Amino acid sequence: MNTPDFLIIGGGPAGLMAALAASDFGLKPLVIDENQKLGGQLIKQTHMFFGSKAERAGTRGFDIGIELAAEMEKRSIELWTNSPAVGYYPDGTVAVLRNDKLHGLKPKSVLAATGASENFVTFPGSDLPGVYGAGAVQTLMNVYGIRPGQSVLMIGSGNIGLIVSYQLMQAGVQVKAIIEGLPNIGGYLVHASKIARAGVPILTRHTILEAVGEDQVRGAVISKIDDKWQPVPGSEQHIECDTICLAVGLTPLTEILWQAGCQMNFVPELGGQVAWHDELMMTSIPGIFTAGDVTGIEEASTAMLEGELAGLGAVRYLKGESKELKCRIDDTACRLAGLRAGPFGQKAREGKCKLAECRIKTV
Amino acid sequence: MRIEKHPILDFDRGPKVTFYFEGRPVEGFTGETIAAALHAAGVKVLRHSVKLNRPRGFFCAIGKCSSCLMEVDGIPNVFSCITPVKEGMQVRHQQGRGRITLN
Repeated sequence: MNTPDFLIIGGGPAGLMAALAASDFGLKPLVIDENQKLGGQLIKQTHMFFGSKAERAGTRGFDIGIELAAEMEKRSIELWTNSPAVGYYPDGTVAVLRNDKLHGLKPKSVLAATGASENFVTFPGSDLPGVYGAGAVQTLMNVYGIRPGQSVLMIGSGNIGLIVSYQLMQAGVQVKAIIEGLPNIGGYLVHASKIARAGVPILTRHTILEAVGEDQVRGAVISKIDDKWQPVPGSEQHIECDTICLAVGLTPLTEILWQAGCQMNFVPELGGQVAWHDELMMTSIPGIFTAGDVTGIEEASTAMLEGELAGLGAVRYLKGESKELKCRIDDTACRLAGLRAGPFGQKAREGKCKLAECRIKTV
Repeated sequence: MRIEKHPILDFDRGPKVTFYFEGRPVEGFTGETIAAALHAAGVKVLRHSVKLNRPRGFFCAIGKCSSCLMEVDGIPNVFSCITPVKEGMQVRHQQGRGRITLN
């Protein structure tokens, strides 16, 4: 199929929900993903999601991935795995590498649901074997069933740092401590409490000074920091560990949107450079959509709703609006706003607001 | 290093596979990546860096950061963290930019 109705780049929560929404209204999407398995980051999540029933509250992340993949198969939605998109050309061709062959697709509409990649922190020894990103630790443990090490120092107390710490404990790995530069714990307290109850210290206003070891991590030196983020002399502590896990944020993977010529804006609250988009996730280029972490670092549940909106947006773009479509759009937008309404949604709300104001009006 | 009992997950490991690291046989399972199987076998150093010869392992484990590059079946700069192990595969530690065998 060289001219799909709707090419979805990325088979994670946003991409899969977009495919299902588009198919609900008669479009025939093609979903491509660079990995062997469908589901994006969902396949590594062992914790139960919360929210409302519509957002699959009470279901474990990897089960949501399995459900969505099963629904895709039930509807025979075309899917290419092991197929990365490698370029977006000025004439609208998307180059996809599949089985060592380059395919040039000319889709009628495209969704970039390419997610995000891990940030890094540099310190002496930060390149040693044993320093791993949080996603890497999750992949090793939850996909391959292999322990990353015996004892871990976790850097970052956002939701990922907290969740991965708990997953490490479930896998039988000792978490020596979680350190956080900010004065408060970054993630949901429900995650933090589980870990604290298990006796893991969560040290706010701390940083890592160095990783110790010749050929791999053998330990770390941490210290307190003051309100100017400077190490407090005399507060250094040596932590014995064989793994240092960095959970210090994510940055959207926006290359394909840059290549397509979409208007990009820098919004720190969303994680960096993101493509401007309207309320139906369409970028400044008609027919090109964006959804999920690539539009701003949030969670799987917001990714799923943004994906749904993008799918509905593609339907409106290709087929026009019907009463049924408008109803579904309003309902989805409402649920997304509801998810973002609490205190944890504040950063995303502010980020999205800032982004909305950035639209450069073209004559 | 492999998890035998997990409170939530069941690991459906495929059939065993024997591949070679620096000529030594290593056991892995079908579906595992080179980096994962080596990690389970206790091998954490996958290559040495170009300029300062520093030991490197994997970092992101999803083929984005280039930390895990190794020589596989004679081809250098292979992302060992996303390449599945195959029976008889020859994996070597990569030094710097790696070597290319020209025919």
